[in-house]
Amino acid sequence: MPWTKVYSDRSEFDIAVEKDPSLRGLTYRDAILEASTQLLESDKEFFIMGEGVDDPGGVFGTTKGLTEKFGAERVMDTPLAENGITGVAMGAALTGMRPLLVHMRVDFMTISLDQIANHAAKWRYMFGGAINVPLTIRAIVGRGWGSAAQHSQSLQAMFTSVPGLKVVMPATPYDAKGMLISSIYDDNPVIFIENRGLYEQVGHVPEEIYKVELGKGIVRQEGTDVTVVATSQMVSEATKAARALVADGISAEVIDMRTLVPMDKEIVIESLKKTGRLVIADNGTKEGGYSAEVAAFVSEEAFDLLKAPIQRVALPGVPTPASHVLEAAYYKGADDIVSAVKRIAG
Amino acid sequence: MTLDTTVQIELYTSMLRVRLLEEKVVELYPVQEMKCPVHLCIGQEAIGSGVAAHLKSDDYLFSNHRGHGHYLVKGGDMRALVAEFYGRTTGCSKGKGGSMHVIDTSVGMLGTSAIVGGGIPMGVGAALASSIRGDGKISAVFFGDGAFDEGVFYESYNFAALKNLPVIFVCENNFYATNSTQKARHAGSRIADSAAGFDSKGICVDGNDVEAVYNAAAEAAERARSGKGPTLIEALTYRWKGHVGPGTDFQAGCRPEAELNAWMEKCPVKSYRTILIETGVIDAARDEEIRDTISKEIDDAFEFAISSPLPTEADLMTDLFCE
Ligand SMILES: Cc1ncc(C[n+]2csc(CCOP(=O)(O)OP(=O)(O)O)c2C)c(N)n1
Ligand SMILES: [Mg+2]
Repeated sequence: MPWTKVYSDRSEFDIAVEKDPSLRGLTYRDAILEASTQLLESDKEFFIMGEGVDDPGGVFGTTKGLTEKFGAERVMDTPLAENGITGVAMGAALTGMRPLLVHMRVDFMTISLDQIANHAAKWRYMFGGAINVPLTIRAIVGRGWGSAAQHSQSLQAMFTSVPGLKVVMPATPYDAKGMLISSIYDDNPVIFIENRGLYEQVGHVPEEIYKVELGKGIVRQEGTDVTVVATSQMVSEATKAARALVADGISAEVIDMRTLVPMDKEIVIESLKKTGRLVIADNGTKEGGYSAEVAAFVSEEAFDLLKAPIQRVALPGVPTPASHVLEAAYYKGADDIVSAVKRIAG
Repeated sequence: MTLDTTVQIELYTSMLRVRLLEEKVVELYPVQEMKCPVHLCIGQEAIGSGVAAHLKSDDYLFSNHRGHGHYLVKGGDMRALVAEFYGRTTGCSKGKGGSMHVIDTSVGMLGTSAIVGGGIPMGVGAALASSIRGDGKISAVFFGDGAFDEGVFYESYNFAALKNLPVIFVCENNFYATNSTQKARHAGSRIADSAAGFDSKGICVDGNDVEAVYNAAAEAAERARSGKGPTLIEALTYRWKGHVGPGTDFQAGCRPEAELNAWMEKCPVKSYRTILIETGVIDAARDEEIRDTISKEIDDAFEFAISSPLPTEADLMTDLFCE
């Protein structure tokens, strides 16, 4: 299936196109731009707000040209007023509109935690289901270039720990488009998290409007010895690791969770029935992070399946340092996944 | 009011020092040894220099992402600043913070936030401490027109005015937050006027005229030191470089080139130099001497930084908590 595939780079995709000319290559950034464009074209109730969405750079290219095309009322630059604007977007959502709020970096979104955690997440339950909040918030996370502590956090676990928020982290261009469209048409608040390291990634993206169901993980690579559960950018690191492990005679199965909340437990358990060994790779902090949640659920619900201790590849419990030496030590990649797998394989 | 010539030369030197340091960053940044984003204040130097002239060494200063100038004019150590750009252990934040996070507690800089508006309440808090202790120290908080969008500005200003705290709010209005114009973000056009809503004092000045800034800050500092509470100085200026990095940004369609050119005509450093030479305060030879001294200091700072050690992996987990 072309859309289940993770291509490690453009040249690999180009080879695939030679074999199958029906493939349509798009970068992750263009997949988001295309989804946004098609939603603006097809749905008057959909609009975009955010700091710098009309910027010549267009939020890493993901909103480029949209204001010129659709007007400033539908693709609206906002003042730097994160909490207020989140509440404004939520208010529009309460009337039934489908706003997409864009945050250039998740770090700035912590200012809007009041509207997100106290309001958007609570609104349906607190009123006994009387009203929905069809609000989607795009948040960009991930590594910069010496960007340091306030411009590179990966705070997915902060959102997964607040009941009432759906949290998604698409890892491929195909999913970026399909899950953005699903998020917009989901009647719940969805935090849609993109790792900026993914923007250049190329993959097959159909031209038409399509949805990818939220709450479903996907097996990116089948294997029998160890299960690697990965999120977002760590999915491509995990597939790289899986390839490298072949040389050591280890067959790793890579699962892309895609949606963090609600979690697809089934897919993890099914895989563990085969492998009995689990490595979790997530670009959030280890302590209290999403990887901890996956490990905890497996220990509670599938302990019998485990043949070895669970291993985690996640960020150490310190803020992101600026100096490149420290930054290199801080971030994790395929090598770390390979080591983690080897610690428990066979 | 004509200023004392010593003050005039100090103001000029202070601005020039910031300008030359940042021009050195522009020159060396392409080598890619400063591996962090830099937000340059070239074109805006007069504001920091004019305000800091009224701050004592133990008064407080809080800055923002565009903070190199503020750090220098407050008396921050230049070597430690440059070493921070280079991610060295001798940097003011030991390479952990980078260019956006400068600190020099020995001169009242208690840390710099790159979250827009993040430093404003801290400046008010430092002023609250001065007020509780009655130690006579004042605070200055520098922020951009972008921070005037943030709720935290209003919350902080109200609190400062309510409690009559000794703090100077300095809004460097360069008319842009990243590439978003002030008009696209503010319903009103005069930031200084908002002080009236708190029964407080606002002053709008030409931020490229260092003496105008100096005079406004004199009044604000006097108000702070005499228990009259905060003052909101809005200093109109323009950033010459792109929002981040050493290049200009008009090529990318961020701003009109003609607008930049018009502002470059109003260069705060060059225009003050002309005034000082025309009024006989300095001559060309003296100007050369001043430049020479600064250039030597800058060369020394870069040499120091480049020859300083990089951190090692072992430093990754240090400094989180104090023991
Ligand atoms: C809370 C928050 N929102 C957004 C950003 C991204 N950002 C960094 S600097 C900046 C522009 C700030 O403009 P201004 O305050 O006018 O300062 P200037 O850059 O013009 O000196 C923005 C939007 C941020 N760092 N923090
Ligand atoms: Mg500005």
